[in-house]
Amino acid sequence: MAEKMGIVLRNQGRIDPLKIEEYIAAGGYKSLDKAREMGQIAVIEEIKKSGLRGRGGAGFNTGLKMSYSYSIKTAEKYVICNADEGEPGTYKDRVILESVPQKVIEGIAISAFAIGAKKGYIYCRGEYPRVAGLLNQAIVQAKEKGVLGDFDLEVRLGAGAYVVGEESALIESIAGRRGEPRFKPPFPPLVGLYSAPTIVNNVETLANLPEILEFGANWFAGIGAKSYPGTKVLSLTGDVVNRICIEVPTDVTIREVIDEFGGGIAGGKRFKAVQIGGASGAFLPEALLDTAIDFDSLRNARAALGSGAFFVMDESRDIVDVVTQIAKFFEHESCGKCNPCREGTFRSRRIMSKINQGLASTEDIKKIRRLGHVMKRASLCGCGQAAPIPILTALEHFYREFALKLITS
Amino acid sequence: MVALTINGLELHVPEGTTILEACRMNGIDIPTFCHDEDLKINGSCRMCVVACQGRPLLLASCCTPAENGMVIETESDEVVEARRVILELLLSRHILKCNTCDANGKCRLQDYCYRYGVAESSFNDGGAPHYPISDANPYINRDYEKCIMCTRCVRACEEITVARAIGIKDRGNHAKIFAAFDDNLESSPCVFCGQCVMVCPVGALSSKVSAAYKGKLSDLDISILATDCFQLFFPFQKLPRYTYQSVLTTCTYCGVGCTLQLNIKNNRVVGVDSNRDENWSPVNKGALCVKGRFGWDFINSPNRLTTPLIKEGGALRPASWDEALELVANRLAQIKERHGPDAFAMLSSTRISNEEAYLAQKFTRGVMGTNNIDQFSLLGHPLAADGLEAAFGISAMTNTIAELENDAKCIFVMNSDTTEEHPVIGMKIKKNVVHNGARLVVADPHRTDLAKLADVHLQHKPGTETALINGMMHVIIQEGLADSQFIDTCTEGYAVFIETLAVYTPEVVAKITGVPVADIVTAARLYAQAEAGSICFGRGFATGNLGDDYGRLLCNLAMLTGNIGRPGTGVNPLAKENNTQGAADMGGVPNSYPGYQAVTDSDMRRKFEKSWGVELPAENGLTLTEAINKAHLGDLKAVIIFGENPTIGDLDRHHVIEALNKLDFLVVQNTFLSETAQFADVVLPAACFAEKEGTFTNTERRVQRIRKAIDPPGQAKADWQIICSLSSRMGFPMSYASTEEIFEEMRTLTPYYAGITYPRLEGKGLFWPCPSMEHPGTPYLHRDGKFSRGLGQFSVVR
Repeated sequence: MAEKMGIVLRNQGRIDPLKIEEYIAAGGYKSLDKAREMGQIAVIEEIKKSGLRGRGGAGFNTGLKMSYSYSIKTAEKYVICNADEGEPGTYKDRVILESVPQKVIEGIAISAFAIGAKKGYIYCRGEYPRVAGLLNQAIVQAKEKGVLGDFDLEVRLGAGAYVVGEESALIESIAGRRGEPRFKPPFPPLVGLYSAPTIVNNVETLANLPEILEFGANWFAGIGAKSYPGTKVLSLTGDVVNRICIEVPTDVTIREVIDEFGGGIAGGKRFKAVQIGGASGAFLPEALLDTAIDFDSLRNARAALGSGAFFVMDESRDIVDVVTQIAKFFEHESCGKCNPCREGTFRSRRIMSKINQGLASTEDIKKIRRLGHVMKRASLCGCGQAAPIPILTALEHFYREFALKLITS
Repeated sequence: MVALTINGLELHVPEGTTILEACRMNGIDIPTFCHDEDLKINGSCRMCVVACQGRPLLLASCCTPAENGMVIETESDEVVEARRVILELLLSRHILKCNTCDANGKCRLQDYCYRYGVAESSFNDGGAPHYPISDANPYINRDYEKCIMCTRCVRACEEITVARAIGIKDRGNHAKIFAAFDDNLESSPCVFCGQCVMVCPVGALSSKVSAAYKGKLSDLDISILATDCFQLFFPFQKLPRYTYQSVLTTCTYCGVGCTLQLNIKNNRVVGVDSNRDENWSPVNKGALCVKGRFGWDFINSPNRLTTPLIKEGGALRPASWDEALELVANRLAQIKERHGPDAFAMLSSTRISNEEAYLAQKFTRGVMGTNNIDQFSLLGHPLAADGLEAAFGISAMTNTIAELENDAKCIFVMNSDTTEEHPVIGMKIKKNVVHNGARLVVADPHRTDLAKLADVHLQHKPGTETALINGMMHVIIQEGLADSQFIDTCTEGYAVFIETLAVYTPEVVAKITGVPVADIVTAARLYAQAEAGSICFGRGFATGNLGDDYGRLLCNLAMLTGNIGRPGTGVNPLAKENNTQGAADMGGVPNSYPGYQAVTDSDMRRKFEKSWGVELPAENGLTLTEAINKAHLGDLKAVIIFGENPTIGDLDRHHVIEALNKLDFLVVQNTFLSETAQFADVVLPAACFAEKEGTFTNTERRVQRIRKAIDPPGQAKADWQIICSLSSRMGFPMSYASTEEIFEEMRTLTPYYAGITYPRLEGKGLFWPCPSMEHPGTPYLHRDGKFSRGLGQFSVVR
């Protein structure tokens, strides 16, 4: 029996998120003090050693990212907490921020200390005004307590663009420009906000830092999957009994997540599919449910853990219809900068609608596959690269459902 | 160096080279839409993707640096497939109107579809959002149905012109290029320079002036080779007669000297284009302003003068050249005989070519025997520039236009609405300020476009320039910001000069000028502390009351801070007209021969007498103002006015009209029957710039060619031909076969131009002084503070 585990959400419900005193009483901000004693290089080495990888979706080694920014000697550097949680079905950052905001702030401060940044931003999703308010209060409290030293932190609100969750688009947005992704390289740790070295980390990633410094890299590295150690906060949606946010070690399987933490399929129905990682995630069938949820195991199954969203569909769901809705989402959210994504998401949606309405032929399936393969490889940013994945994986695992809707000549 | 393999070739390229650059260096062609060498990389069209071994994604070659060990394929199956899909996606939004499209044959979308065999789009199931063509501006046409969203236009607006008039609105498939609030361009900061049209890779943006099926871009440079091939494959087919061509020449609207390309079809100018090759378009690299790009239709105007006109019974009637020239020759000879040579004056133009300006003064001095030659548009400019001659030894811009964009760290602009008067210089200043972080100080009673961008705007009361500059120099000395080493080693007259500054405290100056003390201090510091400070000044309000003091003042400021003789520094009077500099260089002034050689200097006079074979007058002639006054008194009897319209343009037009009415004989030479021409006894029809050969000298002393594109209308002739005919009729034969022959004669007499020849001017032109055939020309003067006159002269200006 798999068990849930609290690292990020350790004190969830036990401390009042709006009372910094309770966070400090529970040992909060000791890790920041410890970091200052250890020095920048030691902190970065410790985090590298822990094997912590980014929890936003790309899975990059957090300590390594820090070392890039650290290595550039310049007075102006930034840390940014990416709280632009726009991936449909994902709500774990909201839960983390609402229950342990000071832990995230401490994580940001540790990260800032490690690379030598004096200024940080929390880029909060515009649809989370409550979270933004709470964060502002938490920052005021932290400043009043003096725990942040000379580090300044500011909350910025997004304005509803999905693609701004992409780190370079987020940086553009903070700088006051159109939220469009930049081409890379150069990567933000070297050339980021206002062209200065900038670390952008997900809320969950940052919330792991105080724990790693408190209990040590070895402790952390021993938890969960070897190549993706620690825990992952998952958000469960769809046809499961428990639509909850849960933190588990990274070596649990998809089946365990659905059956044990999610309580199985609601209403006694049969499982049909699960989409992991949000709207851009892959559709997986029953046969792949014994895959572990860590980054590499899922990648081997040609899926991605992404943000850790699990959208479960029971036997009554129409996969083609679901994929059509997702295609609509990407059409709406493409920023329009690069050709494959701007035109591709638009044409994908039109073809999917045609299929869904029963007006399409196998020619259309060929077309959308052809389009998807190019979008995946030629788009400028992760948005365009991932947009065809639900379509392509649904076609791979659930082709029968598509076939049923095609015009038979 | 980085070693990588592209298409099986092992290549070595410098660190930091992109894959695209590496390919182009090695002759591998990569298709691109959004990439433009003069604009920031966008990486958005994805046409340039290539495959790299071991990388899961295709790499956009325009924005991916070459790395050691990369193994790249640029035309592999998957790469070609990606490009085909991208082309099909673009075709699904680009409505094919090729039949009537100006870009047909010169359209990248068309070229690449051809290259990859994309005949139609398999994704075109309709539904693409299209927007009506509703912008009623007179210049730029934007057809959204052809737009491929490469955003080059937006970047050109931001990075070349720095007008920032257009941007991107909405997102995804609804994203479109727009002016603020989705309003018309006319209500945006657009200056209609048309740089957006220049960079558009398809036909989405086009010129309204040259459009309307007058001639497609592709027709204009059809090569002989292509027609030969055509003949080879279809020997029995009758070839269409291609009479299209394009001619590079120099714009005539202001002193910047932009190169523009005239597109010609059947002996008519049908459009203006940019040549973006720096080797052929050295000043502007293709960038133009609204006047240059869209203001050429006057060439084809039906109101052009096509025949000489003679006044008879109060009205002008057409006449033959013979009749008109005979009349002019006889009357001028009569008046000279009866009233002496000084009863004649030549009021020349700063718009005619160097060769014509040279002949105008040669005619005046050699044939009429007087030094009464001056130019209308020179009012103000030569006086200010004379200040430079007094202080430094040469009366011209000390530095080049390009330095204002690349080298100057602080630019002090005085009394010049640069973005209006010299738009392309304005663009370069803006670019330096916005994109390179140069500081900008503007002193102008107007709130000009540049003033809005300035670190400090000194909005002085008109006529208080002296106090303002002296106040700034007071601050510089008080704060120890003067460059004493430069002053000691390179200048003279400092001790006397500095004493006069004591009274100009910022408080006193603030009272006189109306500029706050803090601003005077800030401006002084910004300029004096800059690594390279450049002064640009226009005529502004100073025309009337400051004269050469204006130039001296600013020279004092530059010498005080050592801002002279290095790139990005200097004192730069911006010449108003296209050949203001050249007209003065050519001796179109009452006191000097070509090359500023004084008419009162007997050695100089002997040199010219020997060359021209005629005795020359030794006294300075009348300036323009003196000539008008003398005419008013009835002492001046005959005047030739070249290409100018003083009854409209002069400061006191009624005075001019009265003066012209008192003349015995007035000849006006012009392209149109101007208001002034109505007063003439004889009107001679002149060719415009597109109809003749020659050279102009722009404000930065760069001598450039103008080239004949079409024949003049009717019987109109180039000004130089008219002067030659007239001179010959008056017994002083001038028989030049070409303008080049005139230039050759001029350069042997003019040391500054001695090393300049037509062949040497091909391409980038040359900066004078250029004393010998081996000399490369002089971009900036007074190198390292070694002034032409020896030491820089501080002068007292109160």
